[in-house]
Amino acid sequence: MIRTEELLLNVGPQHPSTHGVLRIVVKLDGEVITEATPVIGYLHRGTEKLAESLNYTQIIPYTDRMDYVSAMTNNYVLVHAVEKMMGIEVPERAEFLRLIVMELQRVASHLVWWGTYLLDLGALSPFLFAFKEREMIIDLFNELCGARLTYNYMRVGGVKWDAPPGWIDKVRDFVPYMEKQLKEYERLVSGNEIFLARVKGIGKYDAETAIAYGLSGANLRCTGVKWDLRKNEPYSLYDRFEFDVPVGTNGDCYDRYMIRFEEMRQSLRILKQAVEQFPSSGETMGKVPRAIRPPAGETYVRIESPRGEIGCHIVSKGKAEPYRLKFRRPSFMNLQILPKLLVGETMTNLIAILGGVDIVLGEVDC
Amino acid sequence: MGFDLEQVRPEEHEELKRNVLVTSLEQLKGWARSHSMWPLTFGLACCAIEMMGTGGAHYDLDRFGVFFRPSPRQADVMIVAGTVTKKMAPLLRRLYEQMPEPKWVIAMGSCATAGGPYVRSYSVVKGVDQIVPVDVYIPGCPPNPAALIYGINKLQEKIRYEAKTGKQVTNR
Amino acid sequence: MSEENKREAGRQEETAAAEQQSPPAAEQTEPAAAEQREPANTQEVSGTEPAGAGAEHPNQPQPDTMPEHPDASASDKPAEPAEPAAPAAANADAPSAPAGEAAGAGAVDPEREAKIKAAQEARAKRLAAKAAAGGEAAPGDAEPAEPKPPSPKQPWLDEAVELLKSEVHPEAVEEAVINELAGDMPTITVKAEHWRAAAELLKSHEKLGCNYLRNVTGVDYEAHMEVVYFVINLETKREYAIKIRTDREQPSVPSAVPVWPSADWPEREIYDLLGVDFPGHPDLRRIMMPDDWVGHPLRKDYVPLDPEV
Repeated sequence: MIRTEELLLNVGPQHPSTHGVLRIVVKLDGEVITEATPVIGYLHRGTEKLAESLNYTQIIPYTDRMDYVSAMTNNYVLVHAVEKMMGIEVPERAEFLRLIVMELQRVASHLVWWGTYLLDLGALSPFLFAFKEREMIIDLFNELCGARLTYNYMRVGGVKWDAPPGWIDKVRDFVPYMEKQLKEYERLVSGNEIFLARVKGIGKYDAETAIAYGLSGANLRCTGVKWDLRKNEPYSLYDRFEFDVPVGTNGDCYDRYMIRFEEMRQSLRILKQAVEQFPSSGETMGKVPRAIRPPAGETYVRIESPRGEIGCHIVSKGKAEPYRLKFRRPSFMNLQILPKLLVGETMTNLIAILGGVDIVLGEVDC
Repeated sequence: MGFDLEQVRPEEHEELKRNVLVTSLEQLKGWARSHSMWPLTFGLACCAIEMMGTGGAHYDLDRFGVFFRPSPRQADVMIVAGTVTKKMAPLLRRLYEQMPEPKWVIAMGSCATAGGPYVRSYSVVKGVDQIVPVDVYIPGCPPNPAALIYGINKLQEKIRYEAKTGKQVTNR
Repeated sequence: MSEENKREAGRQEETAAAEQQSPPAAEQTEPAAAEQREPANTQEVSGTEPAGAGAEHPNQPQPDTMPEHPDASASDKPAEPAEPAAPAAANADAPSAPAGEAAGAGAVDPEREAKIKAAQEARAKRLAAKAAAGGEAAPGDAEPAEPKPPSPKQPWLDEAVELLKSEVHPEAVEEAVINELAGDMPTITVKAEHWRAAAELLKSHEKLGCNYLRNVTGVDYEAHMEVVYFVINLETKREYAIKIRTDREQPSVPSAVPVWPSADWPEREIYDLLGVDFPGHPDLRRIMMPDDWVGHPLRKDYVPLDPEV
């Protein structure tokens, strides 16, 4: 007589998959998952509470550490919110610098995702390739603002440091190099049978589910919904550049993979145009009062980070500190679909799906 | 087979100096352990990305004999990279206890050292040394990969020093 | 007019110091800012203006001394060529200023001059446009000379309020405003007991059809608590911010999870950090803090139990 029991397994907070401290409690029937519950909060650092006692410029370093893989977009969402509230105009050169670093950051973030995703799936080399390219981008950032990971670069009204001479040329040289590398990586991975077997048809959901669960970024676009905040609710200077928004059809892991890969290419396209149009002179800081005190009221601002829609809701009472600062984090919202998506999948597919959602735990827990 | 150490000719002495090593067993163990440290993958937050970068091709950690092990049973050093929250603290302790002796802990980054930028937060443990004994503290937010390598080298030196002199550098 | 003076003076006091340090940056000052520098500068500086300016030149601290030195200003202050540049007043006579200024400030390097000229022209254009659009764009426009045009999103707000009042309950809507700071977002305050029905309406009514819930925020105002839902219709881009007020002792807001499943974790987070109860939520438990945590950390009166750890 064979008897089977349900096994309760902890895909624990410390797991070799490099996403961070996420815990998924799965109930297994053999290899098949019957129930999955993500448990988060292992990296909850209380940024929102700390923000209530700091002024806006002091909060910018904390935004870096939220989504630490794409820190520039986090910086931007906060300064954009304050600028919107106060009606501050940002000079053109500063805005160009912001856009260039945000797109470079998008490429860097997708490289980390690509390397770690394939590492989870078992391919060990792409991780090293990805980090090699990422080092080049980080060197560019290092030259620009002195930091490798947590830049603290943007300020309310502009950016802190101007591009050193020759920096723009380095960015210009980087773009064709990266395009060549992307072609090579595509040849390396995208036709691989094992890879395709592991991601095609896995983790499918349709557009209605995606919209109902508030997904954003590549997770929403893989179902065919063409919603990219850079195009649909343009901010910064994105309406000056031509770029496509890749949209998938099937809603599976493979589509998400191809969308993010293509997004890297489109970011390089934007970078090429931005470097051409870069103003040769200009200010890096706009006209900002010495004490940044947004008027009393609230605002909600959202931009497209590599993970999805990141939003910043500020309630201000006219003081130098926010009364309530809330970040709408894309990874937090994207992770909600996991319990629904994992039912009926095997354990191996759990890793593939989790990697495809592209979460960063610093952002999930804030 | 007698070998009279008093009757060694100078050329032989030179040869011997180059080819024969005399050491104690403890020092040998210390040398072996320090040059083959296997850390537990314990990246919590932003420092984890720098740790991954250090393991990448540019700042290679493998040349120091360091490569990451996912299971605590097979690791000897735990690099606590990132902020330790009060929710995570008991698990960190449990993982530390699962590691077999000899084991060491490197606190990487200012969050693990002393709470970091989140020191005034309600949910952050102000320094991982409240939970596990730490051997090397690496400051930085996040520390440069070169700083992490320096910290690992310091730990290697400490291991060899403790082996050589038998003294404990920290209280366990 | 003199009241505007004083208000301007007060407001620009704090920007004056910053402006001193970066004259090129002053080019981006709004025209009003320039008016009220330290009176010592301003009187000379604005001296150039009346030469070409028309009647629209209020806000001079000492109007008597104005006509005295139209050109001396420029030569007197070579270090601050931006000062004369700045008060390109609310009329299209600004181009006269560069003429007067360029003549006098020959000592200044031409590059800066060119920049200033370009900025002045840009500002003149902007002001001309403003003047054309908004009637009297007086520099000290603290009180609008005319009511601002209604926002293009006002019809969205009205429609939603109409529908809520008619379909849900006449008393459902407490307040409906356009939040200018948030890019003219229609903001509706709905009563808590009608929120569930209102949410259904927002999602399913074909005119509103807001099927995408972007964000749920909880705010602790010391007298009451508020939960704000941001919804949007992805096709028509119609968006709303719905606020629900609830009292602080026993805060309770009907859950929106049956309507928008994406409200699940945000509501759990608000419960965890602020203590707002969401009846109707399938699984309301702590999400960020450990399960045995005492208290709700994001509240304004939260005192941590173990501050020394």
